[in-house]
Amino acid sequence: MNVSPENPQIMVSLSAVSKAYQRGNQPVPVLEGISFEIVRGEFLALMGPSGSGKSTLLNLIAGIDTVDSGSIVIDGVDIATLNEVVLARWRAANVGFIFQFYNLIPVLTAFENVELPLMLTSLSRRERRDHVEAALEVVGLMDRLEHNPSQLSGGQQQRVAIARAIVTDPAILVADEPTGDLDRVSAEEILALMTRLNGEQHKTIIMVTHDPRAAEKAHSIRHLEKGLLTDVPC
Amino acid sequence: MFLVKLLARNAFRHRLRTLLTILGITVAILAFGLLQTVVTAWYAGVNGSSSTRLVCRNAVSLVFSLPFAYQERIRHLEGVTGLTYENWFGGVYITEKNFFPNFAVDAKSYFDIYPEFVLPQEQKRAFLLDRKGCVAGKKLADRFGWHIGDTVTLKGTIYPGTWEYVVRGIYSGAEKSTDESQFFFHWDYLNETLKKTVSRRSDQIGVFIIGLRNPQSAPEISLAVDATFRNSLAETLTETEKAFQLSFVSMTEAIVVAIRIVSFVVIIIIMVVVANTMAMTARERIGEYAIFKALGFEWHHIVGMIFGESLFITGTGGAIGIVLTFPVAGKFGEIMGTFFPVFQIERSTLYLDILFCLIVGIVAAVFPSWRAVRIKIADGLRRVG
Repeated sequence: MNVSPENPQIMVSLSAVSKAYQRGNQPVPVLEGISFEIVRGEFLALMGPSGSGKSTLLNLIAGIDTVDSGSIVIDGVDIATLNEVVLARWRAANVGFIFQFYNLIPVLTAFENVELPLMLTSLSRRERRDHVEAALEVVGLMDRLEHNPSQLSGGQQQRVAIARAIVTDPAILVADEPTGDLDRVSAEEILALMTRLNGEQHKTIIMVTHDPRAAEKAHSIRHLEKGLLTDVPC
Repeated sequence: MFLVKLLARNAFRHRLRTLLTILGITVAILAFGLLQTVVTAWYAGVNGSSSTRLVCRNAVSLVFSLPFAYQERIRHLEGVTGLTYENWFGGVYITEKNFFPNFAVDAKSYFDIYPEFVLPQEQKRAFLLDRKGCVAGKKLADRFGWHIGDTVTLKGTIYPGTWEYVVRGIYSGAEKSTDESQFFFHWDYLNETLKKTVSRRSDQIGVFIIGLRNPQSAPEISLAVDATFRNSLAETLTETEKAFQLSFVSMTEAIVVAIRIVSFVVIIIIMVVVANTMAMTARERIGEYAIFKALGFEWHHIVGMIFGESLFITGTGGAIGIVLTFPVAGKFGEIMGTFFPVFQIERSTLYLDILFCLIVGIVAAVFPSWRAVRIKIADGLRRVG
């Protein structure tokens, strides 16, 4: 692991990150020479048209995809140098995921879905229960512990997903179109919750969105187009 | 506990598909168990044979008999501790459908040479005293509802005529594998009748059964018996009881081989069915496996889930199949009692059942696991939604 002690306020540092996908024998560039930094506790929105590379960029930061070149240093760790096993453990400890379609496990209850990341820890059953209840308390779903995802509304499912994302107390939350599948009211609730997590628990949040109203909640917005950053931080 | 819960819930996510797969495994294990038991039953005579007995028959064929007079010369050979003899009678009870093995035996010596046929002393005494007495196996007596004192009439086929017997004894097997479906009567009764009717067929023996002190002496004594009667009108072929029984089985070896092949084909077919189920399951859940991976679960967790589910399905089907094998084999044994007097499930068959459940479960999970492990998280997540 490469530790960068230069500026402890920098949570995420991307340097000349490039990524291309193969289509047949043809490499299709998705990201080209992306460099920027995200400070600790920031709420960043990544915007751009479809195919601009924003989800790919989010995946790279979250450690679920690998760069072709460049480096991504998160909280002092260059994740591009980690092997698959170490990277999986790093993700489990440091990243909380919020997906557009919630991605809950349909056969597990809300409680069990939230408990899932804790199964990788050495916590006792009692400790896991305490953590899960605390996380569900934060998202206001203590009365839905034993419900399966199919018995919950879209907004409730997304709140369960957020509880799952925060239950291990990760430093970073990555959210890919978290309100993309929700109605207006539910979307507002989810954004309010994310704002609260950022404000009260100081989570660094990186959110990909198409929705300008969602992006408004972020501290800063970065625009991507055809794999390039097209703006200066605002 | 969490993993078991997850496996069980995943397994029954598509209830009908899983239940049909379990049913398939149940039927396959049941069929395998039954077919293996048929093979075992086929060899029951061989397995029940004793290493301290030799069978001496006519060297030309079992169809030809041996002179009664041979008995004294065999009895005096070194290493021979006992001698008895029998003739295959081939009698029919009422109708040919009621087939059971019936033999004319030397009443005085037969049960000493065959201690596995357990006959109460008073019944043995009664049998010895009654020239027209007979002894039936317990299974045979139960089958036809015979009791001590009942009269049984057989129609002779090899020895024509109507032959009447009085049931004087009902033997039981010393072991589970002992055949309790045989019928014995006095060789003297047969011989005396033949003397009066077809005298040229009297004083003839089907086979001599030679008792040995030491099983290791079997080759020498076999050679000695056969050497004694070399160049006589009725040369002998003496072999161990096991070899003698095997000579019958070998006549139908092709059928046994076919049954064995079919039993293994059944397992291969079900392996393909379970592999198909698991492949469909894994394909449907690629997105979920990607979520697990994103959350930090490693390849061995994913592999564990797929193998666990596969083994859960095969284990459930296999367990039901094994449990059902007992009553089904019992019923089958009842129906086929004439052909398979000893029809019981061997422990080795149960071990094979368990082994095949494991193999099927493991093989069926290999390809889906390989696919799930290889899928990139980003690619897998694209399939969700």
